[in-house]
Amino acid sequence: MLNIKNLHAAVEGNAILKGINLNVKAGEVHAIMGPNGSGKSSLASVLAGREAYEVTEGSVDFDGKDLLDMSPEVRAREGLFLAFQYPVEIPGVSNINFLKTAVNEIRAYHGQPPMQAKAFLDMLKSKQKLMEFDANLMNRSLNEGFSGGEKKRNDVFQMAMLEPKLAIMDETDSGLDIDALRIVSAGVNKLRGKDNAFIIITHYQRLLEYIVPDFVHVLYNGRIVKSGTKELALELEEKGYDWLKEDIRLEEPVQ
Amino acid sequence: MTTTTSNNISFAETLPALFTAQFGNAGWPGRKAALDRFQALGGIPTVKTEDWKYTNVVPYFKNGLSIALPATPSITAAQLEATGLLLPDTYRLVLVNGVLQQPLSILPPAAQVTVSKMSEAAALPAYTQYFNNSKKLEEHHFAQLNTALFNDGLFIEVKTKAQVEQPIHIIHLYHNNGNLLVNPRHLWVANEGSYAQLIESAAAFDLEGTVLVNSVTEAVVAERAQLSHYQLQTGGSKLRFINQTMVEQLGKSLYNNYTFTLSESDLVRNNLNISLDAERTETHLYGFYIASGSQLVDNHSSVDHRMPHCESNELYRGVMMDKATGVFNGKIYVHEDAQKTNAFQQNNNLVISPQANIYTKPQLEIFADDVKCSHGTTIGQVSEDALFYLKARGIGDAEARNMLVKAFAFDVTAQVKIPAVRKQVEQIASRYLSVATNN
Ligand SMILES: Nc1ncnc2c1ncn2[C@@H]1O[C@H](COP(=O)(O)OP(=O)(O)OP(=O)(O)O)[C@@H](O)[C@H]1O
Ligand SMILES: [Mg+2]
Repeated sequence: MLNIKNLHAAVEGNAILKGINLNVKAGEVHAIMGPNGSGKSSLASVLAGREAYEVTEGSVDFDGKDLLDMSPEVRAREGLFLAFQYPVEIPGVSNINFLKTAVNEIRAYHGQPPMQAKAFLDMLKSKQKLMEFDANLMNRSLNEGFSGGEKKRNDVFQMAMLEPKLAIMDETDSGLDIDALRIVSAGVNKLRGKDNAFIIITHYQRLLEYIVPDFVHVLYNGRIVKSGTKELALELEEKGYDWLKEDIRLEEPVQ
Repeated sequence: MTTTTSNNISFAETLPALFTAQFGNAGWPGRKAALDRFQALGGIPTVKTEDWKYTNVVPYFKNGLSIALPATPSITAAQLEATGLLLPDTYRLVLVNGVLQQPLSILPPAAQVTVSKMSEAAALPAYTQYFNNSKKLEEHHFAQLNTALFNDGLFIEVKTKAQVEQPIHIIHLYHNNGNLLVNPRHLWVANEGSYAQLIESAAAFDLEGTVLVNSVTEAVVAERAQLSHYQLQTGGSKLRFINQTMVEQLGKSLYNNYTFTLSESDLVRNNLNISLDAERTETHLYGFYIASGSQLVDNHSSVDHRMPHCESNELYRGVMMDKATGVFNGKIYVHEDAQKTNAFQQNNNLVISPQANIYTKPQLEIFADDVKCSHGTTIGQVSEDALFYLKARGIGDAEARNMLVKAFAFDVTAQVKIPAVRKQVEQIASRYLSVATNN
């Protein structure tokens, strides 16, 4: 589904991603861990198409199409979704109108007519139930005055509404209370299927007990330095990142 | 004698002749005095006049401007409907070139409100008391020009304690063949303890040429009266507006003004002057303007806090596109006696095109010491982060920008208390923005 080859990206001339290789197949869940500042959100941003990032090398194939060639909105319409580490507040745009617009623009892209009001409301209700999302938040401005956890849950709720092929969740767990973590995880598990995939960025092994990944990768200094299965997350939880950093230093060529 | 200026001679030069042809030397002496005062102020202001620094009106006073009103056309109900401006559940006062048209109007009950043509109101006590009464009129070139040249206008008096629940919708239609300078002159008095809502809209009707509307509205809000005043500046590119609104507020009164500039007009200049002449008044001024192409929208306001315990609140927002120019000048004077004043002012601008200009200037002059005053100005673009968030959900660039611009604007339109007005304003603004941003 997603094939990242030797991806390099820079912001304002600073190299941030330095040769990422990652292959995600339909039906898989990949977890990405790594110390602060290692480039996890940057990778998510580059995949979603944030303009501040300049791709300097490499390629990304998304279901047979060149992802890097698409505008952010086309990527979303093609089925890529990013749940943001820091969802923005947009005063004056109502949550519900925003969702309706998004749903219908995606439908239009696929040659489908706009959703009928009734059908939209039904879908809204069923996804609210799935994600146990507070219906009162729907009529407010997009994320305005939402608590940190409410913003995260709103993003996950949007994901449930838009039914993406590939969802990238950037630290969705940070800021969620214990119950919310369980609820959101359960929702994600219900959305998992053989035709979609997830990339889950997290610092904590705890989330991965709820959403069990097929693979775990460690991103460090703009590169994936180690990949493994869910046991790797346990090992990291226990030992931290220092042992990996040591290993890498030994591998790096002497300057 | 001709009543039209030629293309080569300036309006100011031919004005005395135009004046004599139209009004002779008889009649109300105030006209001639105003004409003299207008000339003494320097006639049509140029960009050298401080208050007109960014707003060059000189070109609008060329091309054969006439001041003689044409015959009033007959207008059917269907034609009125076709303006798209009608509002449900309102009284309706239809004016053509400033002259009230009774047959097209739906008057409020006479027990609550007196409605008259200004030309027929001179004998009414409120007219005698308040007409041409605002001191500030003397400082304004165009107010003097209006006083010299006005033909007619609308007199409204809301009776003491009358609660006029249904809004009064004033529809200004402008009609001519050729270029017309029309000077509507209005006087609105809200008597003690009364409550009323006035909505003004404008439209061109069978208009060949252009109409420059130079209007003066004097409004008095008496003790404990509440008056809401909506100025919906619509009407397309052939109408240009120079408006003077002079409001006097007495004790414990409330005045709300909503000035929304939503037209394609080349020139809109609003002068809104509020004089707080007694204690414990409350004033809210909400403005919203959108401009594209080479439009110019200029809002000058002044609030005079003369007495203690008064509160004024001003929020103006604008969206500038293409090569449009926006001007905001907000004066707040807090006079020596006006202790315990609360005066707030905000002007936020969204500048969408690099060629658009905005000149914004808050001017606070405070001579009392126990007051709370603040002002703030912002000029910005749509937030890139917000834009990216919307796009990341599949919303296209144009639509995403549109949503953000509307979100910015509708913060002000959300202040509108009449649902049908709010709906109409947001529809007109949406249509305008969709057209302008798709160019
Ligand atoms: N606009 C920018 N200009 C310069 N450096 C930037 C910019 N944006 C990001 N960076 C840098 O890129 C590096 C990677 O940041 P990124 O946000 O991808 O880290 P992360 O792995 O998501 O960290 P965290 O775990 O703290 O969320 C950081 O060192 C950060 O300072
Ligand atoms: Mg991050």
